[in-house]
Amino acid sequence: MSSDNLKKTPLNAAHRELGGKMVDFGGWDMPVQYPSGVIEEHMATRTRAGLFDVSHMGEIWVEGEDAIPFINRLTTNDVTKLVDGQAHYSALTNDKGGVVDDLLVYRFDEDKLLLVVNAGTTEKDWDWITSHKKDEKVTLTNASADYCQIAVQGPDAIGILKKLTDTNLDEIKYYHFTTGKVDGVESIISRTGYTGEDGFEVYADAKFAEQLWNKLLEVGKPVGILPCGLAARNTLRLESAMSLYGHELSDDITPLEANLGWITKLQKGDFIGDDALKQKKESGLTRRIVGFEMTQPGIARDGFDVYIDDKRVGYVTSGSPAPFLKKNIGLAFLPLEFANDGQEIRIDVRGKHLSAKVVPTPFYKRQK
Amino acid sequence: MSNIPENLRYSKDHEWVKVDGDVASIGITDYAQHSLGDVVYVDMPRVGDKFSTHEAFGSVESVKAVSEIFTPVAGEVVEVNDGLNDTPEKVNSDPYGDAWFVKIKMNNAGEADAMLSGEEYEEYLSANA
Repeated sequence: MSSDNLKKTPLNAAHRELGGKMVDFGGWDMPVQYPSGVIEEHMATRTRAGLFDVSHMGEIWVEGEDAIPFINRLTTNDVTKLVDGQAHYSALTNDKGGVVDDLLVYRFDEDKLLLVVNAGTTEKDWDWITSHKKDEKVTLTNASADYCQIAVQGPDAIGILKKLTDTNLDEIKYYHFTTGKVDGVESIISRTGYTGEDGFEVYADAKFAEQLWNKLLEVGKPVGILPCGLAARNTLRLESAMSLYGHELSDDITPLEANLGWITKLQKGDFIGDDALKQKKESGLTRRIVGFEMTQPGIARDGFDVYIDDKRVGYVTSGSPAPFLKKNIGLAFLPLEFANDGQEIRIDVRGKHLSAKVVPTPFYKRQK
Repeated sequence: MSNIPENLRYSKDHEWVKVDGDVASIGITDYAQHSLGDVVYVDMPRVGDKFSTHEAFGSVESVKAVSEIFTPVAGEVVEVNDGLNDTPEKVNSDPYGDAWFVKIKMNNAGEADAMLSGEEYEEYLSANA
C-alpha cells in the first residue's frame, strides 16, 4: 500500500520512527495508533497526558476591518461576544442550516481572527468562505500548510508544557489563548482540545514541528506521556460526546439536531442559514442525536441501524468501545419522540438485534 | 516480525489450528491480533454447533475493527473458551496459548494436514502482508 498520494504532516517521519500504524485519513497519511495501542493511549490521556499531531487541521486567517461581521455572517456562534485572546466553537452553515463544517474561531484582535477547520474539509471550507465573501473588507489567507498543530492533553498536560515555556499557563482560561514561546519557538498556545480533558493546542511554524513534538515527549516522559493516534482521539472525543464532522454533523444535519443549540445564536442577527434554522426551531425538530450504551454484550459501529420493536427508527452516527468507561457506547439519530433518557432501543449488529438504552451525555465528564 | 510457532497449522485467513487426535483447537495468529489492535470483545459459537470448512464461527472485535473468524476445518464444537469473554485482551497477549477460541471435533482429521505449515505461513505473510 503506497502513501505517495497522501498528504503528510511535518511529523510524518516522526510517526514512522515511533512505530505509528499509518492509515489514509481523509487523504492524509496519519497514525491510527502507536505500538502501545489505543487503549493505553486513551488511558494515558485520561490519567496522565497524551500527545497528538493535529497538524492536518486547516488554518484560515481572516484579517481586515470587517473580519468580525464577515465571520459572524458565515457562522452560527456570536463572534461579537469574543474578546481578544478568546476562542469559541462554531459552525459554518449553508442556506438550509446544514453544517458545512464545525470550527474554532480565535480572536487575536478586532481585525485579525483565525479559523481552525477540519482537515478533510479544509479545501471545501476555503472555497465556501472565499465564494461567500461579498463587499466586506477582509483579506483571507489559507495558511494550513504553514502551521503545525500539536495537542497535549490530560491532567498532566499543563505541568509538561510549563517546563517548556515562560508563559503563565495558569492565567490562560479554558477556550482562551495567547502567543508565547514554547522551547524557544514562537507559538500560539490555546487552552482547547478534543478529548474532554484539560490541555493545550500549540500552533507553530511547521518547520519546528519535530523539535516541539520530540521535546514534549521528552519532558513528558517522567509522568508517562504517550503519543496518541487517531483511534484514541476518536474514543476520547466520543466518551466526551463531542461531534465529529461527517458523523454527527454534515451538510444535511443542522447544529440544532446535533445538540449544538448552544453555539447557534439565532438572535444575533443575519447569518447564512438562520432563516432555515429559525423555521426548524419553530416547527419543532423531528430528530436529534442521543447518546446510548449497550445493555447486552456487543459493539455498535458507525452506520448500524437502530430499532424500536421491529421498526427501524434511526442509525448510529458513531459507535465504539469506551476504554475509560469500559462500556460500549455510541451516538445515534433518533426521532424526537424516542430521544429520551432511558428509552430502550435495539441495534442491528450484523443481523442480531442487541439491546441498548438512551443515556445522558457526555458519557464522561472530568472532575474539575 | 510475527511470532509463528512451528508446531501449528495455519490458514490464509490467519487462523491457527493445533491438532490433538481428531480435535482441533483454533485461534488467530500473532499477525492477526497485531493487525486488529486491542481486542475488546469476542463472539463465540455454542458447544454442539456444527460448521463446514471456511465457515465463520465467531467474530473478534478491537476498539477500531471487527473481524470474523473462520474455521479452517469442518466439524462440531466440543469446547468453547468462555474465559475470553472476561479477558479478551488475552487474544493480544497470548494468541497461541490462553486465547484459543474453540475446540472442534473434526469430521476429517486429515483436513488440518492440508493447511499451511509455519514456514509456509511465514512465506505467505511476507508475500501478501
